[in-house]
Amino acid sequence: MNVLEVEGITKKFKDFCLNDISFSLPAGYIMGYVGKNGAGKTTTLNIITGLLHATSGTVRIDGITIQEDPIRYKEMIGFIGDTSFFPDDFTGKEVIRTLRDFYPSFNEQKFRAYMKEWDLPENKKISQFSKGMQVRLMFADILSRDTKILILDEATNGLDPVIKDEILTLMQEYISDGKRSILFSTHILSDLEQIADYIFFIDEGEKVMCESKEEMVDSFLLLKTGPEDLTDELSSKIIGLKKTEVMAEGLIRADDAVYFTGNVTLEKPSVDQIVIHYILERGKERVLQ
Amino acid sequence: MRVIVSNQSELPIYAQIREQMKEQILDGSIPPGTVLPSIRQLAKETGVSVITTTRAYSDLEQEGFIASVQGKGSIVLPKDNKMMRENFLKKIEEHLESAVQLSKTAGISKEELKAIMEELL
Repeated sequence: MNVLEVEGITKKFKDFCLNDISFSLPAGYIMGYVGKNGAGKTTTLNIITGLLHATSGTVRIDGITIQEDPIRYKEMIGFIGDTSFFPDDFTGKEVIRTLRDFYPSFNEQKFRAYMKEWDLPENKKISQFSKGMQVRLMFADILSRDTKILILDEATNGLDPVIKDEILTLMQEYISDGKRSILFSTHILSDLEQIADYIFFIDEGEKVMCESKEEMVDSFLLLKTGPEDLTDELSSKIIGLKKTEVMAEGLIRADDAVYFTGNVTLEKPSVDQIVIHYILERGKERVLQ
Repeated sequence: MRVIVSNQSELPIYAQIREQMKEQILDGSIPPGTVLPSIRQLAKETGVSVITTTRAYSDLEQEGFIASVQGKGSIVLPKDNKMMRENFLKKIEEHLESAVQLSKTAGISKEELKAIMEELL
């Protein structure tokens, strides 16, 4: 069962176009939506949450579109961005009152339990909360409602490593019953890489690749060698070749490893490294065209 | 049970989990009949993705160490001596192969290698 199904969504702006994006996310898994700034990540997420209307294409959450049942659709979404979505001058108490009014499935008891567990004061204004406390408050909201998908848009930006680690655990907690899924966007995957099951890589509004993280990481190798050690033929097999005075670095397909014998170092790349070299290669191709 | 995942390891994470579990099953510290944590539970506890733990468990299942029982989870199977023998033989072969490789690189003759072997035995 797919919690999220995105089919051919396209959004045309004056100076940017999100082009025919399709993917699905099965229940109980985590997908990372990666790409550089301005690649179309937030546009995609905004279409999924219903903040933006797509020029064409459909999005289904748990089988329904936003047109079919807008209230149920929106209730199934939990969203966390890089800033708090509660008004700054609200206190914890006012947040509770608002959530109670807005969401039929809001479980006040559960919410209060989280506030207590995480030392979130009820009478303090949110503007006086630290960034970490604001993130916890948003998680308390989402964990206290009956949602199907958690969408995080650059949510770990500017957070300290302790809170990032806490968020990782909360994310795994969220999917642990196997019925809910997470889609998170980021321009630096680093600490979230380990828990991601699937990666969608977007660039210039277009899909570059979408597969399980293991397949993606297993199908490439990061090659490092001296700048003089590469023939033209070998260079043509390298994705996003980067040369300095003392070294050459690039990505190769794991199947091509047999061609690179001799003085080379081959390493398993991180998702970030795959993204960097792919973007480099795409940039070169554009220059040549 | 202990499972320690390292980012510095040469082995992919699913293989690290598989090997550590295998070792503990073989040395008896995870006894037969033990119900292993669910794939999601293990993913959460080790901080890795669900696909990674799924792969580790399916490898263990294929190699005959565990069985998935509907509704119960993954259970450690009784140690089959034939299977263990196979496993050890495979390991021994791997070690011998690297010894042969090393002697080739160093230009050590067949006879010398055999002599070393004899001596060790």
